[in-house]
Amino acid sequence: MQKLIQWVDERLPVVDAWNNHLAKYYAPKNFNVWYFFGSLAMLVLVNQLVTGIWLTMSYNPSAEGAFSSVEYIMRDVEWGWLLRYLHSTGASAFFVVVYLHMFRGLMYGSYQKPRELIWLFGMLIYLVLMAEAFMGYLLPWGQMSYWGAQVIVNLFGAIPVIGEDLSLWIRGDYLISGITLNRFFALHVVALPIVLLGLVVLHILALHEVGSNNPDGIDIKKNKDENGIPKDGIPFHPYYSVHDLVGVAVFFFIFFIVVFFFPEMGGLFIEKPNFEPANALKTPAHIAPVWYFTPFYAMLRAVTVDLFGLPAKFWGVVVMGGAIAILFVLPWLDRSPVRSMRYKGWLSRIALAIFAISFVILGYLGLVPATAGRTALAQVLTTLYFLYFILMPFYTRMEKTKPVPERVTG
Amino acid sequence: MKQLILGFFIAVLPAFGLAAGGGSVHLDTMEPDHANKESLQRGAALFTNYCMGCHSAEYARYKRVSDDLGIPTELYEENLIFTGAKIGELMKISMRKDLSEGWFGAPPPDLTLESRLRGESWIYSYLRGFYKDDNRPLGVNNVVFDNVGMPHVMVDLQGLCAVEPKIGQEASVDPLSGNINNADVCPEYAIEGSMSAAEFDRAMYDLTNFLSYMGDPVKLERERLGVFVLIFVAIFFVFAYLLNREYWKDVH
Repeated sequence: MQKLIQWVDERLPVVDAWNNHLAKYYAPKNFNVWYFFGSLAMLVLVNQLVTGIWLTMSYNPSAEGAFSSVEYIMRDVEWGWLLRYLHSTGASAFFVVVYLHMFRGLMYGSYQKPRELIWLFGMLIYLVLMAEAFMGYLLPWGQMSYWGAQVIVNLFGAIPVIGEDLSLWIRGDYLISGITLNRFFALHVVALPIVLLGLVVLHILALHEVGSNNPDGIDIKKNKDENGIPKDGIPFHPYYSVHDLVGVAVFFFIFFIVVFFFPEMGGLFIEKPNFEPANALKTPAHIAPVWYFTPFYAMLRAVTVDLFGLPAKFWGVVVMGGAIAILFVLPWLDRSPVRSMRYKGWLSRIALAIFAISFVILGYLGLVPATAGRTALAQVLTTLYFLYFILMPFYTRMEKTKPVPERVTG
Repeated sequence: MKQLILGFFIAVLPAFGLAAGGGSVHLDTMEPDHANKESLQRGAALFTNYCMGCHSAEYARYKRVSDDLGIPTELYEENLIFTGAKIGELMKISMRKDLSEGWFGAPPPDLTLESRLRGESWIYSYLRGFYKDDNRPLGVNNVVFDNVGMPHVMVDLQGLCAVEPKIGQEASVDPLSGNINNADVCPEYAIEGSMSAAEFDRAMYDLTNFLSYMGDPVKLERERLGVFVLIFVAIFFVFAYLLNREYWKDVH
């Protein structure tokens, strides 16, 4: 065995890679529960890839055959129901862990210098993940698959001059059809997963170059022992690999409760209208995207005024796009001398709390039909969402921060 | 620990949005029981005799139903397949959609997934919701599905209610007279059926139960397996926890 490793290592730096990324990658020893979600995202990604490959073996990407092939997988393929529920629940679980992972970053300032690139790669992952989820949702070819895609692709039509042609180009047809299904299938199972995997590699390489942040936001590389090892660091393997196993067990427990007992999650993970095949002549009474898109959908609907001769729908698209785009510049908006919320002032804490609550309530508003009161509330919350970012350069500089300790705490 | 609870709370927050959707009509609640094989068998008989003239169940196979419900294959072939299909085939029907669309205004939908689309309580209420309405082309309407295109197929069993049936209304005792209100779903019949109200309710429970099974045939097996999977994960957690503690005991 030793000889084999040596033989390979002379030709490919496997030992170096193992040491750099696992056995001698020194992570801060004070990670808390929020630090489980990165490795859990990897776990869910693997789940999506493996179950996705097996689903592809029996799925038929055509308008005539898609819906019945999904039922064929559910009924006639051995363990097909399990593969499909693992995949459909995995999609929602992916967004749960990614949202918690991102919130962790906001809380402990993990995007601040020198981790700007990690944040940017992470945001690109989030963007590709949204595209991946959106295109995957068309594949079962149910009513909500169809009309959800119809609504979202039509949004591009709101862009002046090129809009109509652009949405036509995306669909490949005058309405969502088998042609759209085929290209979404190709993008969902080949193109986007490749991009996603590449971005995940970049995200982790960038992380391992500068080292992990921690709940105290302290740079552990400032305090090294005589061997050049950070005093507050600990090798990722075996310490965090066994630590993450505990997180995996807890995650799996919740995940499998959903997979085996509530696979539709009351219509949140698999929407009820999707049990009816797509019908271009029958619009469902209420079209709502899956829960992970609803905060942005609520922002889209919150814009109701025409401006500068352009329709409200266009400005809704701008607001929705802006809500995602503004996350990209976050590292340059935070002017605080400290990273972690533990040492930031009350203004930052209140701002983050308002931001998180706004996002969750917007998510709820995007699920339910709009009323005048709900639209007004969505407008207020959308404003609060943006204010969190726009005011950040001011409140992070104004507030009084607490002194950051030399070494990590607890 | 506080953070763990908070983390979990945030993770389940989306579940609070469950109330989305749903109609305005009150429904009678129906709790399916896929373990009740007798009920499912009676439901399968009703479905084949009364529904499959117009409605297919084209994502399901006869063989699967026969196996899951414990109906012997020969018995099933002789009594519950009318189209000459083989036992391994999908449960399709011979009615053509282009013709039925002209007859009913819309082709009768496939019913394999109806229970997952509309829910068991809706089906149970709908099946008992027909009443006489001379303004409709077929002379019947439905309290759950207004202006429905479907005729009252089970009129020989239930009879035809002369007034709107009381769906989604609890039975209660009038404190003054001692009379029971809403004891039966229909207080007055225009045509008498062969079943009593209670018998018809049970028959529709069976039929709904069967449709619930059709929508999710693997439910019993899935939940049975789920218990073992969770037990396995729980044991795995104990070992992972102990291993983690062993590694970390010297660190702090």
